Amino acid sequence: MSSSPSLNTWSDALSGFTIGGFPLGLIIVAAIPLVFIALYALTYGVYGERKFSAFMQDRLGPMEVGPWGILQTLADILKLLQKEDIVPTVADKFLFVIGPLIMFVGSFLAFAVLPFGPAFIGADLNVGLFYAVGIVALEVVGILASGWGSNNKWALYGAIRSVAQIVSYEIPASIALLCGAMMAGSLSMQHFNVVQSGPYGFMHFFLFRNPIAWLPFIIYFIASLAENNRAPFDIPEAESELVAGFFTEYTGMKFAMFFLAEYGSMFMVSAVLSIVFLGGWASPLPNIGGLALNTMTSGPVWGAIWIILKGFFFIFVQMWLRWTLPRLRVDQLMYLCWKVLTPFAFIAFVLTAVWEIYM
Amino acid sequence: MSEYFSNIKTATTTIATGLTITLRHFINAVKRKGDAGIDDADFFRQVDGLCTLQYPREVMPTPANARYRLYNNIDDCIGCNQCDRACPVECITIETIKVTADDLAICGKTSGGQQKRMWVPVFDIDVAKCMTCGICVSVCPTECLVHTPVADFSEFDVRNMVYHFGNLSKIEAQAKTKKLEEEKAAKAKAAEAAAASGQAPVPKPAPKPAPKPAGDQAGE
Repeated sequence: MSSSPSLNTWSDALSGFTIGGFPLGLIIVAAIPLVFIALYALTYGVYGERKFSAFMQDRLGPMEVGPWGILQTLADILKLLQKEDIVPTVADKFLFVIGPLIMFVGSFLAFAVLPFGPAFIGADLNVGLFYAVGIVALEVVGILASGWGSNNKWALYGAIRSVAQIVSYEIPASIALLCGAMMAGSLSMQHFNVVQSGPYGFMHFFLFRNPIAWLPFIIYFIASLAENNRAPFDIPEAESELVAGFFTEYTGMKFAMFFLAEYGSMFMVSAVLSIVFLGGWASPLPNIGGLALNTMTSGPVWGAIWIILKGFFFIFVQMWLRWTLPRLRVDQLMYLCWKVLTPFAFIAFVLTAVWEIYM
Repeated sequence: MSEYFSNIKTATTTIATGLTITLRHFINAVKRKGDAGIDDADFFRQVDGLCTLQYPREVMPTPANARYRLYNNIDDCIGCNQCDRACPVECITIETIKVTADDLAICGKTSGGQQKRMWVPVFDIDVAKCMTCGICVSVCPTECLVHTPVADFSEFDVRNMVYHFGNLSKIEAQAKTKKLEEEKAAKAKAAEAAAASGQAPVPKPAPKPAPKPAGDQAGE
């Protein structure tokens, strides 16, 4: 569903590009998010998180490899590549190997509907948001496969906790996103951005246009933390209780795959949050009189910059929370999901519906 | 029900408080923590800023009266062997050669004016074994064995942890030993000759002066 002819021009042109019947353009379209995940996970994800956590704890973080330690992640990757790829003898080999793959694929598939600016999106589905929420749930299968396949009690505990947590938190997350979908009147990811862009910048964002949008916004943010196994909901990995949770037995590149999947979905949920409630690639700067800030900062390139900036901001908030809050207990986690977030998500749902009908 | 909402309120306020604290530390990460020492009044008020010390490049100075690596000023050492005997972990090895009468002037005096009567070809301190208890320092009669404030002296090879303070090379030591033996032999011959001629043997040279009392170091 293309809402306006100027949308998706770059990705449409790219996907039409073939060499002798071979759809090279489609592969490039798919490769761009992949390269993006890898680059961002290397730089902002790993190095940034280390530095942020260090600064929050009055430390310096990595300082030895390169100036200010900027080559630390490269050194880590080199180390991971050289590591022996161990498959435990008593592990279920098939599940053990397929687990991290499913997890990464689940996290990566969601990027298909992520608009990197007005001109680029993998697939502008008319059920884009639904697809994004649904396909991320594939990660649960990967987690369970790796946890069960490891044949390790810690891994299995971690996997069970993780599945219970992710499946539970899908409900408040989906209902909160449904509030956004009601406001936009569509599930298409590009449509969310289109209806939230305008000359007054951030005044068009749902978060500022609707007096109750902050409630689903916060609910989805909390639920997305839990879906990503991010602290304070990192009980599936709970390094002080479960060694490393479902990836206890993994080494080398399989372990790196889990990391990549985690950073991939971290960006994905941050991007979904900013698309649904904060305008995605729409510029937050308003046109003030003759100073057309919004018009100046709109367009395909600016759009990509805005959505990445917004995503990075929420990733920063995720890291900030991680280094602030201690881990929840399992029962507290379930209490928060079923007794706090879900009722409030329903309340937000009803209030949004009332607002949308009568306002 | 009221407990339910008060729980949510508590959670919100405490999360907000926690986030403010971490954000303050994050923002303050542009500066370093002050360098007020433990005896300064503001020591516990330095909560803002980075506290990492990048050790090999940045070192917290040790106090001037710190007692770490041993140092022996061999020019003042009289080779009395007391430190060796006092050491609980046996980290000091001393070999001494008596100074012959004609060498006394060459051997010299300590800075305290005491005549040295021993060559000290070997004075090895194994600082890897040393536990810096300070007993050797307190028994040293000439105060030539001291603790220095040098705290960082790690080595890749543990053999490099043995510090040599001896003031004679091996060849010199052999020469001195030979000289001493010759003198002894000469003396024995003289004594023999004296005994043969029926005279009383030559009295031995004055005994080593008694070690100086520990005095001010007794408190250590």
